[in-house]
Amino acid sequence: MTLKLTPKYQEEAIMALDRSDVERIAHLARLQIDQQDIPEYTENLSNILDLVDQMQAVDTSETEPMANALDAVQRLRKDDVTEENQRDALQSVAPAVENGLFQVPKVIE
Amino acid sequence: MEWEAVIGLEIHAQLATNSKIFSGASTAFGAEPNTQACAVDLALPGTLPVFNEEALRMAVKFGLAIDAEIGRTSIFDRKNYFYPDLPKGYQTSQLFHPIVGVGHVDITLEDGSTKRVGVTRAHLEEDAGKSLHDEFPGMTGIDLNRAGTPLLEIVSEPDMRSAEEAVAYVRKIHSIVTSLGICDGNMAEGSFRCDCNVSVRLKGEEEFGTRTETKNINSFRFIEKAILGEIDRQIDLIEDGGRVVQETRLYDANKNETRSMRSKEEANDYRYFPCPDLLPIVIEEDYIEEIRNNLPELPDARKERFIEQYKLSDYDAMVLSADRFLAEYFETVVTAAKDAKLAANWVMGELSKHLNANDTSIGDSPVSADQLGGLLVRIKDNTISGNIAKKVFEVMWSEGGSADEIIEAKGLKQVTDSGAIEAIVDEVISKSGPQVEQYIAAEPDKRGKMIGFFMGQVMKATGGKANPGAVTGILKKKLDALCD
Repeated sequence: MTLKLTPKYQEEAIMALDRSDVERIAHLARLQIDQQDIPEYTENLSNILDLVDQMQAVDTSETEPMANALDAVQRLRKDDVTEENQRDALQSVAPAVENGLFQVPKVIE
Repeated sequence: MEWEAVIGLEIHAQLATNSKIFSGASTAFGAEPNTQACAVDLALPGTLPVFNEEALRMAVKFGLAIDAEIGRTSIFDRKNYFYPDLPKGYQTSQLFHPIVGVGHVDITLEDGSTKRVGVTRAHLEEDAGKSLHDEFPGMTGIDLNRAGTPLLEIVSEPDMRSAEEAVAYVRKIHSIVTSLGICDGNMAEGSFRCDCNVSVRLKGEEEFGTRTETKNINSFRFIEKAILGEIDRQIDLIEDGGRVVQETRLYDANKNETRSMRSKEEANDYRYFPCPDLLPIVIEEDYIEEIRNNLPELPDARKERFIEQYKLSDYDAMVLSADRFLAEYFETVVTAAKDAKLAANWVMGELSKHLNANDTSIGDSPVSADQLGGLLVRIKDNTISGNIAKKVFEVMWSEGGSADEIIEAKGLKQVTDSGAIEAIVDEVISKSGPQVEQYIAAEPDKRGKMIGFFMGQVMKATGGKANPGAVTGILKKKLDALCD
């Protein structure tokens, strides 16, 4: 099977990361990181980008882009309701539940 | 200075599937909180999405209806952001290779002119859950029943130049998705939602101004008001030397104004990437052709048919064909009444008036098409006059019952017996000496108008039940006999 994809998943110009990049990535991923670890993360992540850089050097002009590592197409499911209500079981692992609703700290003021 | 608005719209139409886009949980509206949220919808570890074929079919139907390219290979991407009603931490959506590509719809404006509006794309994605902020102090309640409901997000080109054009476009898309049966179109329940991107610029300028996005407006009327308000706000701002800030705003229907959503400094950074849990969706030509050949009647075609088949005016045909359920209602009434013009007048008149006044959709009308049809049959066969029919309709609306039952119970049957009418006419004439003298003295061509007085008296004496045609004839005959 051949996929006709336009190469839209383009790489951005790769460069070394700095401290603020790591802080920003951590924030976007909602990860709390220790300040003292930031230099190490910065170096590790930059190394990964270096590796990507190396891969970019390969000539892929003859290669079709793919969206998934598996060379297969999506199987479709029939539009049937197959799930039953399992609320009690599913909510038994939730930290807080009230009137059937999951409770989380207030997200707006 | 003359200003011009530039408007683009994003419409989210919930697809009317039985189950969710990636799980077998029900999508039915109104269930107890979290009773239709399964392990996949909750993003429990180890769960994987399986794509619903009906969601695909519905999206393709829409694409064909707006003459769009269908993405032969479409791909799901992850749109990453954190919010408690999005358990996975990303929304599965389509950015780079949407299912529906460039298409268009034609809208008709009030002055009868038409305009083509471009659709940039339409893509499949999953809906989020609902957050309830006001029920518990200090806490937000999360209901994930809606999480994973399939959405088709329809993105327009910035082709609209007024609130009127924007509303006409939204109505057209609404009409198409309901006609296709891919969305129930219920705006109050959030099945059909609209975000409006609005900017202004001086007329004649090429460049767009800075736009704002007003979110989740849930009625046609509010879309118009929100856009009009936002255009005025932006023009005032610029004329006072200010500058429009790109931001998301919320429409407050109570105050009829838009206000800024507390926007954080950081711009959205969704870090889209192809979803590794889902493979590319590849569509064969046969599949598209099979759907194309089975498309239901679309609003434009239905309008033409109404003009042709029922000899309706352009306007009547447009109004009655736009909403699939209204169109079906109308056609049922026509079948019963066998008079399209009469049916059109009643559906667009009395019925619409009552629906609007009670904020009721045609699907929830207390008067069914069969009931209304039965009423019109009794107008046609002269059992009742048009005026009495309105009274019968009132009773039908508030208490129910068939036209015949109501006419019988309330004794509204029209008096057509000419002997009975003659007796009443004689009585009215004998009691109206001065008016009779005026009638005799009047020029013959003025007399026609003067009949009205006597007509009113006869109707009063019969409680409106005398057949107007019969009364006019008898009155004229008797009065003119006095003139000789």
